[in-house]
Order: sequence, then structure tokens, then C-alpha cells
Amino acid sequence: MSLPSQGRRPWTFYVLSVMFTLFVLFLYGPMFIMFILSFQGPTGGLVFPMRGFSFTWFAALFGQARTGDVGGAFSRSLPLALIVMVLTVLISVTAGFAFRRRFVGSGFLFYTAVASLIVPGLVLSIGILVTARVLGIPARWWFTGLGAHLSWTLPFGLLIMFAILGRLSPSYEGRPTHGATRWQTVRSTSVIPIVFPGMIAVALFGFTLSYDEFPRSWLTVGSLNTLPIEIWTMTTNVTSPALYALGTVTSAISFVAIGLAIGSIAYIQHRRSKRT
Amino acid sequence: MKPNRLLTYLQVTPLFLVLLFFVIVPLALVLIVSFFRYQMLVGLVPDFTFKNYIDLLSNPTSWKLYFSTIKFTLIVLAITGVLGFWVAYFLVFHVRNLLIAIALFLVCTVPFWTSNIIRMISWRPVLGTEGLINTALLESGLVGEPISWLLFSDFAVIVAYVHLFTLFMIVPIFNAMARIDKALLEAAVDAGATRWGVVWNVVLPLSKTGIALGAVFVVTLVMGDFFVVAVMSGGLSGSATSGIFNDLQFLNYPRAAANAVVLLIIVLLIATAIFRLVDVRKELVR
Repeated sequence: MSLPSQGRRPWTFYVLSVMFTLFVLFLYGPMFIMFILSFQGPTGGLVFPMRGFSFTWFAALFGQARTGDVGGAFSRSLPLALIVMVLTVLISVTAGFAFRRRFVGSGFLFYTAVASLIVPGLVLSIGILVTARVLGIPARWWFTGLGAHLSWTLPFGLLIMFAILGRLSPSYEGRPTHGATRWQTVRSTSVIPIVFPGMIAVALFGFTLSYDEFPRSWLTVGSLNTLPIEIWTMTTNVTSPALYALGTVTSAISFVAIGLAIGSIAYIQHRRSKRT
Repeated sequence: MKPNRLLTYLQVTPLFLVLLFFVIVPLALVLIVSFFRYQMLVGLVPDFTFKNYIDLLSNPTSWKLYFSTIKFTLIVLAITGVLGFWVAYFLVFHVRNLLIAIALFLVCTVPFWTSNIIRMISWRPVLGTEGLINTALLESGLVGEPISWLLFSDFAVIVAYVHLFTLFMIVPIFNAMARIDKALLEAAVDAGATRWGVVWNVVLPLSKTGIALGAVFVVTLVMGDFFVVAVMSGGLSGSATSGIFNDLQFLNYPRAAANAVVLLIIVLLIATAIFRLVDVRKELVR
């Protein structure tokens, strides 16, 4: 009797390989079918067969009359996601370093962040809307929407920073040795090389989670929709492949963000491993 | 106060402010508003009444909605738990090249960073009556007419949940398993354990924190969901949150708030129960 990680591959390897392959197909299959169907010809419908190949539905997407304000939704969702990304990185990195020391209220802050992760998005959405009403400010995507998104991205950012900083010996930071200034310590001794890939991961979470967030956006963005809300209204109104075309476009943007993040992390690790 | 300590507080201030204004105050206000009175056309009327809660709890529909939500939660928990455990087990213990394991792990996590709504919509051309599965079944002659319960049914809801949420199980279980010292498994085998015994007595207990963390995510995501149920069941099924959704469309904030409080209490009870079983904080901070 041997371990699965040694010697001849056991039969379970093949069973689990098949299961894993089926799972990946289940994960990606429908998405790729949607990508294909978004290139339907002008007379094509929501299902196979393909009636020709065209970009008709992509063009229809940005003509206001047919599908609502998709262009406007993009012009709000992208900047919002970028702002959320920058703020998530700044706030979770600084807070991540602070959590390396014990301080009064650290437990409370930690559990509030965890609670923010667990609370159903719609519940928080109601709460933020009511808060805005009490304070007499209208709900706007760049204010209440931004806050709602941060309540979702910051806990993830914080947990990633905990995982990253756990690998950092406390002696690296804060205690300038042999005459190095604080900044020199930060820059040269592993702090930046270790923290930087983590920051990219936090940025990826900040951007994509904000860009795709629906429940926390629903009541908090005000009268001008962000993209996921626009898609949500389209699911009930639009019965043409334009819906799939929108899916293809937003997925492409997500994939570019993911590719950039994973690519740059891999590049940094590669350079670091070559240097040592 | 030492300057170092002051710096620490300055460093957490932005986080604290965001959590205060967008989590703590909003949740407190939801609790307060749930005791307010609702009046047509006026909306919120400050009051202290249990009417919203009584309305909610005496209404058979809300019991039905909660029952259906809990049913979905348990089914999805079971499926994603088993699937997540074996996918993680495969990646950690069967794939021998670390780079390939990381690549396959990323393949499992990439959909997390794409739109949930889009991924859900993408099931339509697959499950619909003219969709891929029905077309294949019809053409192969296995069925005489399209199966109608594939889309707009409880089945479709569960498929979508498993599709969207399994990776919330895979990631924490993978993390827990990756930390298991392989020497421990060798020792177990040397001591005469069967391969199944190693999985059951060594791997499973050591993955407990991962499973617990994944379970908390799946429970809160399913219980807090309303749009998967709305789209995939075609309005045939509901969830606890779809009750809130309906109240909000009639601008009945007090009853929506009361419903939200009840939901929140149930979710937090389940989460603390799971956190009690396993010390997840140790796992997270480690």
C-alpha cells in the first residue's frame, strides 16, 4: 500500500482526473458556449444553431434604443472599479501592517471585517441606503456605491495581507539596523519583494469584485446604473444575443485584468528566483 | 503614547472609517428601522412596534421561503463540500508537479473573478428547452420531447449555485491540505493504515478548518442570494431574500428591515456555530 504521491499511479488518480476534467468542463463550458453564441448572425437566436457569423449583436449593444444604457454603465463601472482597486490596496496594506502589532480594538476591527464578508449583500445595501437617507445625502455610485463596494473588497484585501505578512519576519520592518534609514529597510530587505505580489493580488480582488458586484450595488448606486445592474435589467427585457455579446465583452475585460495580475506576479517571482 | 502606537492607530483609521460608515452604522440602522412603522405614500414613520416582525412570522409565505432557502443551503453545502474536498485532494496529493498543481488551482479560481450574473445567464443556452442538452437528447432519440425541468426549476437553481460557489470550498480546503506534512501520511501508511484510512483519519481531520471556512462562505452566499433563485427558477421558487426584494419594490422598508434582521440572525448563528467547532481565526491569522 503506497501513497498517491509516490510510485505507480493508483487507480484513484484516474478516477479523480476524470472527475476534475468534468468539473472544469462544467465550470467553463457554458461560458464558452455563450461566447460562441454572441457571434450569431443577424437572424440568429438565443440557442444553437448558429445562423452565420457576425458582430451584429456587439454593435447593437451600444445603440441605446435597443438595449438600454450599456455605454453609460461601462463609463461608471470601470472608473468605480479602478477607484475601489486603488483604495483597497492602500487601506488593506496599511491596516495589514498595523495588525502585526497588538492594539486595543484589533479584535473588534477584525471581527467587523469578517462580519462585513458574511452579511448578505442585500441587507447591507438596505442599511447603506437608509444611512444615506438619514444623513440627507442621495445615493450615488461614486459615494454610497463606492463605500458598499469597499465593505466587500476590504475584508478580502485584509485576509490576503494577513497571509502575505505572516511570511514576513517582524525584524524586517520598523527596526532600522546598522544605520539604514527606515525607508531603506523597507525597500531593500524583502519587505517590498514579499509584499508587492500580495498587493497585486489585492488589486485584482479589488477591481474584479467591484466590477462584478450586484447585491451591494443594487440600492446604493442611485439612479445611474453600474454594469451588473444593467445586465440584470437586460435579463428580463432583452431576448436577443446582445445579452450574450455583453457577457462576452465584460468577461473579456475580467480576463484581461486576471491575466495582467497573474502574469505580473509570475514575472516578479521569476525574476526573484533568478536573482537568488 | 509612544509614537509607534500612534502610528498603528493611524494605519487602521481608514479601515475603521469605512467599516463604521458602511457596515456598523448601516446594520444598526437596519435594526432600528425594523421597529418603525410603514405608511403608504409616506414611507418610514419612526415608532417602536413589533408589527413588522409579527407580520413576518405569522405569514406562512415567509416560513415557506425560509424553508426553501434552508433546503437549498443544505443540498448545495453537501454537493460543494464533497466536490471541493475531492478536487482539492486531487490537486494536493495526486498532482506531483507543484507548478501544474498551481496552474490547475488557478483554473478553478479564475471564474471567481468574473461576473456571477454572466456565468448564470450562460446556463440558458445549455439547459433551455431548445438548449444543448435537450437538443442532444432529442437527436439521440433518448427522449421523445424536451425535458422541461432542466431550466426554470429547483434543479437549475442548484446547478447554478454549485457552479458559482464550489470554488469557495476548493480554495480554503486546498489551503488547509497544502499545509499537511506529507511525512505524516507516510507515517500513517507505515503504521499500516489503508489509503482510504489515511484520507478518513488523517487528511479529513486536518482539512477541517478549510471545510468550515468554505461552509461559512457557501451558507452565507446561498442564504443571502436572491438573483440566482429569481433567474434560474423563472420565479417559481423564492428565497428568504426574495421576500426582502419584494418588500423593497413596494418601498416597505420597515418590513424589509425586519426580514433582513431575521436573516442576519440566522446567518450569524450558523456562522458562529461553525466558528465554534473550529478555531478559524487561528487559521486566518496564521
